[in-house]
Amino acid sequence: MLQTLLGDFPRREYMLNGHNACAGCGPALAVRYLVKVSRQEAVIVIPASCWSIIAGVEPFRSLETVVLHCPFPAAASVGAGIKKGLEAVGDTRTQVIVLAGDGATFDIGMQGLSGVAERNEDLLYVCYDNEAYMNTGTQRSSASPYGSLSTTTPAPRAKSSPKKEIMKIMAAHRIPYAATASVAYPADLMAKMQRAMQVKGFRFLHIFTPCMQGWGSPVEFTVRLARLAVLTRIFPLYEVADGARYRISSFPEEHIPIEEYLQGQKRFAGLDESQKALLQKEVDRNWAALCRQADHSPFISDD
Amino acid sequence: MGRKLLDGNQAAALAVKLARAQVVCAYPITPQTSLVESIAGMWAQGDFSGEYVSVESEYSALAYLIGAAYAGARTFTATSSQGLAYMHELLHWAAGARLPIVMVNANRALGAPWSLEPDHLDSLAQRDTGWIQFYCAAVQEIMDTLLFSFRLAEETRLPCMVIYDGFVLSHTVEVVEPPLQKQADAFLPAPPAKAALQTEQPQNLQAVTSFQYLARVFQERHLDMLQVPRVAKKLTREYAAILGRSYPLVEACGLKEAATVVVAAGSAAQTIKSVLPALNSPEGPTGLLRLRLFRPLPAEEIVSLLARPHIQRVVVVDRDLSAGLGGIFAQELRALLQGSPFEGKICELNLAGGVDLTPQLLRRGLKAAAAGGGEQGRIIWGVDL
Repeated sequence: MLQTLLGDFPRREYMLNGHNACAGCGPALAVRYLVKVSRQEAVIVIPASCWSIIAGVEPFRSLETVVLHCPFPAAASVGAGIKKGLEAVGDTRTQVIVLAGDGATFDIGMQGLSGVAERNEDLLYVCYDNEAYMNTGTQRSSASPYGSLSTTTPAPRAKSSPKKEIMKIMAAHRIPYAATASVAYPADLMAKMQRAMQVKGFRFLHIFTPCMQGWGSPVEFTVRLARLAVLTRIFPLYEVADGARYRISSFPEEHIPIEEYLQGQKRFAGLDESQKALLQKEVDRNWAALCRQADHSPFISDD
Repeated sequence: MGRKLLDGNQAAALAVKLARAQVVCAYPITPQTSLVESIAGMWAQGDFSGEYVSVESEYSALAYLIGAAYAGARTFTATSSQGLAYMHELLHWAAGARLPIVMVNANRALGAPWSLEPDHLDSLAQRDTGWIQFYCAAVQEIMDTLLFSFRLAEETRLPCMVIYDGFVLSHTVEVVEPPLQKQADAFLPAPPAKAALQTEQPQNLQAVTSFQYLARVFQERHLDMLQVPRVAKKLTREYAAILGRSYPLVEACGLKEAATVVVAAGSAAQTIKSVLPALNSPEGPTGLLRLRLFRPLPAEEIVSLLARPHIQRVVVVDRDLSAGLGGIFAQELRALLQGSPFEGKICELNLAGGVDLTPQLLRRGLKAAAAGGGEQGRIIWGVDL
């Protein structure tokens, strides 16, 4: 067992070597941790995304469980249908995990995702967010941040709208459990995954998974940038129970300016000082709002 | 169970119950709505053994069933028109994954503009998705074909679409004789109570592949589709032995002396059949060929039924239109009968937009055909008659 502060996780890998991910792949790292928790207790559903490739091209596979691929907008509904179908044939034990990118979650799959969340289907939905359509070579999604460049928001017309606030949307569905996590904090990520596996009903994990190819950074920067996103409060780590009660998982001790996060990435090369100031202001405002929410309605779990 | 007065949608709902479908998932759309309402009603009262899930779109309804069918459950959905079009991507996926999903489509014209007319283009536009397609002509037939389809789909591992005209059949009450549950069970055994997915046996299902493998997938599906008439005939005999009713894949009426044969599908064929004795065209007696199974097209049956020297002319009734080409049934018949004595003589009476086929309209259509109005690919437009 791998001893961590938050739990014991197996040394055994449920994600195999020799997979198809790029060097420094954030999504590959996230799933390696996730499947250490879900092991062989869950079927994994993957819509079109980087993981369509990482899971292996016929006849290969990289995960030690049943993986089912499905069309781009269909993952949430296919996942919920698998769970219902398993129950119908007498298997109430096997869980179902959807593993979708930000494109499938924030954009094309939003309707089905909202449907399963509203019906509180017994499903664990994981969104690995690399903030653009990376599998097809970096086109903007509604998860792309303000001011970022992509092949469909090329210089000098960087993305002019802010990142869609997916956690607020999911919380508004009053689902039993939602949490953010990051590949820079594996113990926290696995603890949240474990908690999510124990909850009945619809669960949502939003995992920050940098893409060095798409962001224009050296491949060894994945974890550093993921950590800086948390420390600068761009991507805070927190949990939401029943869409109402909040708990912040990690309080950055010092206030690190977002500049430290932005400077290592070519996708932000077009941002001028006034735009950076605007972005900093929004980050500070969001953090303050999150702190108020957590103080006002704290989430106290059983564990 | 005795005889009952049911409309097409109620009959379909009862067939789903008798089939012991385990997961039903649907989104309401006129004229299918009363079908899913019937199932929801039975489910709420505890009269339906399966699960009923009402979702936020047709797209999600079929996606849900793809998941449930992967898990090994017997599944059903129903839709119509825009709803079927919205499912399009997933129709291909269900067939490619060889999932024996059964669905009803109540025909309704696709917009624009909005309409409730029973045009067939909604289901015919799904011709190439790899689903078996049956077109029904009466309420009893809807009930029997639907129950039958669960077994056919499961034996062939091909999804199956049972199609009938919106309102004309979905909302018309007829006397029907529902099967007893024990008869239904004798024909369609309960689905296995075992999950088709076992996580201890890792798989990577429908993963990205290359043409070498994909070509085999497509080829195999085609060859299996070609086996459907044979399997369906075998199952028809079993159905008849248990329930005392049977339907041919292609229904022939009055072909022995016919000079003109009308080819039609759906409720229009029932109208034609009912007036057939009084329907002598200027060229002589008229016969009927009703296409009940459309995908796969029962080519051998059609060709052999038409191979009679006294048949001079074939008139295909299409309630659909592929703009720039013509009616889809007519095109299929023309392709099938190329090189036969009928080449160049296949007329098309087109009722696209849901033109109602009255006996008077049919007579006018046959007269126009006899006058050569439909030769050389020209269309006899129902709306002009």
